[in-house]
Parts: sequence; structure tokens; C-alpha cells
Amino acid sequence: MHPAFSVIFFTTASGAGYGLLALTGIGAPFGLIPADRGFGFTVLALALALITLGLLSSTAHLGRPERAWRAFSQWRTSWLSREGLLSLGTYAPTAVFGIGWVFFGRLDGVFTLAALALAVLAAITVYCTAMIYASLKPIHAWRNAWVPRVYLVLSLMSGALWLNALVQLWGASASWLTILALLSIVAGAWTKERYWTFIDTTQGPSTVETATGLRGTVSFLDGPHTEANYLLREMGYRIARKHSVKLRRIALALGFALPLVLTLLSAVAAGPAAAFAALLAALSAMLGILVERWLFFAEAKHTVTLYYGATTA
Amino acid sequence: MTSYTVGEKKLGLVIDLDTCVGCHACAVNCKEWNTGGHSAPLPDRDPYGADVTGVWFNRIHTFEVDDGECGRTVHFPKSCLHCEQPACVEVCPTGASYKRTEDGIVLVNADTCIGCKLCSWACPYGAREFDDDAGVMKKCTLCIDRIYNENLEEVDRVPACVATCPASARHFGDLGDPGSAVSRLVAERGGHDLMPELGYKPVNKYLPPRAGRARQAAETPERLEAVAADTGSLFLRWIDRALSR
Repeated sequence: MHPAFSVIFFTTASGAGYGLLALTGIGAPFGLIPADRGFGFTVLALALALITLGLLSSTAHLGRPERAWRAFSQWRTSWLSREGLLSLGTYAPTAVFGIGWVFFGRLDGVFTLAALALAVLAAITVYCTAMIYASLKPIHAWRNAWVPRVYLVLSLMSGALWLNALVQLWGASASWLTILALLSIVAGAWTKERYWTFIDTTQGPSTVETATGLRGTVSFLDGPHTEANYLLREMGYRIARKHSVKLRRIALALGFALPLVLTLLSAVAAGPAAAFAALLAALSAMLGILVERWLFFAEAKHTVTLYYGATTA
Repeated sequence: MTSYTVGEKKLGLVIDLDTCVGCHACAVNCKEWNTGGHSAPLPDRDPYGADVTGVWFNRIHTFEVDDGECGRTVHFPKSCLHCEQPACVEVCPTGASYKRTEDGIVLVNADTCIGCKLCSWACPYGAREFDDDAGVMKKCTLCIDRIYNENLEEVDRVPACVATCPASARHFGDLGDPGSAVSRLVAERGGHDLMPELGYKPVNKYLPPRAGRARQAAETPERLEAVAADTGSLFLRWIDRALSR
């Protein structure tokens, strides 16, 4: 599948934003992160910026972005529609929670409820994003249970790393966040490895024989057209095996190994150095997830390629 | 509507892989009709240049089949199969992609499509192609503007691809009616679905190539009798060579 940057940036940024938002919603009412109004403004501004930039970026992928509002109507069957509705729906409790915290310095009562509601909605939104891909039968690398797991764990991981960085930059510390960040990094690396093992060792049910229904061994002789068309550009994207191995290593190093080391450093160091290490950990994880998302598209094979010379998909 | 109901009438195509000669006339006539039809225009970029690209609703692929006998070349036309379970319709976030209850035709409303391309990802067959100029998805309409067109002679009220096929390899009709000519053809010839394992239940059916004649050892041609024996006299052999020049 063609890795469109607008979509890769969208899932990476909004995934981190929703993770950060959910952890803030859980942490703030229970005094697990600084209750300072300035901190509230900073953390919510960053989360909303990541989410909103991501969502705006995803509309850049559309042929008619001015009609994007129409995407909220078909939630009964479409995961994309559900994701759109939930992403919008998450703004409402976030607004209540943010106004209470930043303007009135209150985190109790209805504001606690709003905080918990936004945490739940943020998690479901990320799940819907993953299900857009995991519901597509023609793409074996996407239609499996590892996809929503990876999206959810990486959203939690990048959110924890950002919150950890912000808390430390604020001069505070929260050991639960450091532990959560470390655990989610391990969980993220493990789920991603399992995903890669899954796509490397299994293949979809379709072959060139089932695609054509012809009996015997079928091989591609001649295409319908001499130049690439939309189908080949969009669905026939191929990545060389050696590049994919290298890029997986880069994704593992930037996305998991480096953030793990930097988070450990930030836990043992003190002062600005610790905060700087925590910030670097979050930034490195974002770069790693960008590479991981790029591979998520580039390594996925679509059954339409069976009509253009692929023997399995 | 991204939710849909499947009616009794299931209009579709039956494509005979035995008689298709791979002339691409169906694709050309499809393009010609549809670039002025329901989903017009079908764009062409750089049509006379080196990197030509454009939207076509019908494309003809060619495969070689090794069946353990003589083997054969099969020309394979492919267009929208107007599935009974069209995931392209289910994933559409706007309702622009819809399946008509009255005849099962899957269409795109170009006025409400946002061009997210998700429907083309959900189609295992590659039936949908994106129009970069209009920013919307396009696909086979089963020539909805021909089959119900009262301005045409009744004989011409068939999809453009069917009308033009010189080998009569394409048939159009109601596959929901077991007594229709197309349904009988499918039953007689063992018509099949493409990628049935994915569960899209395509309406269009493909008729398999008829079995070829098995190659047998007895069919080795008999050797012809030599015109002149090579054991003649030296003189006769010289005459033969001289006359053979």
C-alpha cells in the first residue's frame, strides 16, 4: 500500500495526542500529575495540538477536503465515520475538563467525570483508527488482531513519554509515569515484534488461482496497460525486502530502544538533564513510530496485485 | 447509504473466459461510452506522452495456465462485480458509495464523495479508480445510462462492453432470476466467483475455459514417405540434387 505521509503523520500525531490526553484525564483528578493551572494549559495545549494537526493532516489525503463533514454520517457500518465522530466527540469533555482546570483550577466533581469520559473516548478513538485498517479483508497485513493492539499500545507509550517529559520539564516528577513509560515501551516493542512475525510467517487466503478462478498453475502473462495506473500506484506499492529489514531496525532503535535508555537516564539523573533526556525520549519515539507507520503501509500487500503478477497476497 | 439491502434482482455480467479473444474492444467501448455517461468524464493524463495514465472501468489481463496438458492463454476482462456484500459500500464514511436495492448496481454519488479512497482499499478486485481531476472515486456503473435508456433501441439496452464484444464472450442479465439466460449459462458451464474465500459474493460470474483436447502419444503424425529413395544409383542421386536446387 502506498504510504501517504498525511495519513502516517495523522496516526502518529493523533495517536500520541490521544494517549497524552487519556493519561492526563486519568492522572489529573487523582493528583498524580501537577495540579498547577499553567501545567494544565501546557499539557492540554500539546495534546490538542497533536490531535488537531493530525486530524487536519488526514484531510489533506482527501480528494475533496471541503466535504470532510459528510464523513460523520455513516457510523453504522464505517470505521472511518466512527473515528471521525469519536474524534469530534472527545473534544466536548476535553473542553469541559480544560475550562475547569485552566480557568477555575478545579478538578473535582463534574470535571473529574469529564476527565474520565475523555480518557475513555480517546482510547476508543484510537481503536477506531486501527479498525479502519483492521477491517479491510483484501489486506492480510492489516486484517488481524495485532493491528489494534499495536495502535493502542503505541498510543499509550507515546502519550506516557510526552506526559513524563512535560512533568519533568515542569520541575516535578512522577515515578508512576516513568514506570508506565518503561512498561509501555517493552509492551510496544513486543507487540510490534509479534506483528512482524505474524505478517512474515502467514499469508492471506487469496492466490492468483482464486483471484482468477482458473484451474491449474496460473501465471501472469500480460497486463491491461503499459504504464502504472491508480491501482498500481495506490495498492501496488512495493518495498525491497532488504530495505524493510533495515527500516524495521531503525523503527526498533528510534521507537523503543532509545526511548527506553533515555527514560532510564531521566529517572536516575536530576534537574534539567533529566527533563532533557525525557523530552528526547518522547521525540525519538515519535520518529520511530513514524518509520513504523511508514512500514505498516509499505509492507502491506493488497489482493489487487494478484491481477498484476503477484502469486500470493 | 452505506447500509444496504440486497433485492431479488441482481443485474450483472457473465464473462466467458473460453471465448474471450483479448481484443480489449470492451474496455475501449466502455471508456468511450462512460467518458460521456453517468460518471463522466473519465480523465486521461498525458494521453499521448510517455507516462500516460487515466481512469478505466474495465481492464483486460492475460494469464497463462499450466493445466498439465497443453496449457493455455486466458484473456481475463475485469470490471466491478457488483458484489452482494460490497465492503466498498460498507466502509464509505459519507454514504456516497451505495448499492441499489432495485437491481443491485453499486454506484458512487460524485456530489457527496470526499475522495478518501477507502472504498478502493476495501475492494479486493481493483474495480475502483480515483479521478484526480474531480477528486472523487469512479467505477463501473453497469452502464446504468444504457440499460434503462428508452432513447436506445431495446437491443442496445445492454452495457457498452457487452454490446461491442465481437466474440460474444460477455453476457448481461439478471443473475437473481434462476430462469434467466445468464443464470442458465452459469449453471450449464459451471460459472464461478472470483476470490470466493473473501465472502464478497460477487454477482458477476466467470465461465471457465472448456477443457482442451488431451495430447496423446497416438497423435504423433505419421512419417511421410520419402519422395526419392536415398539409396539410388550415384547418377539418380545427382539428378535428384540437381533438380532440387
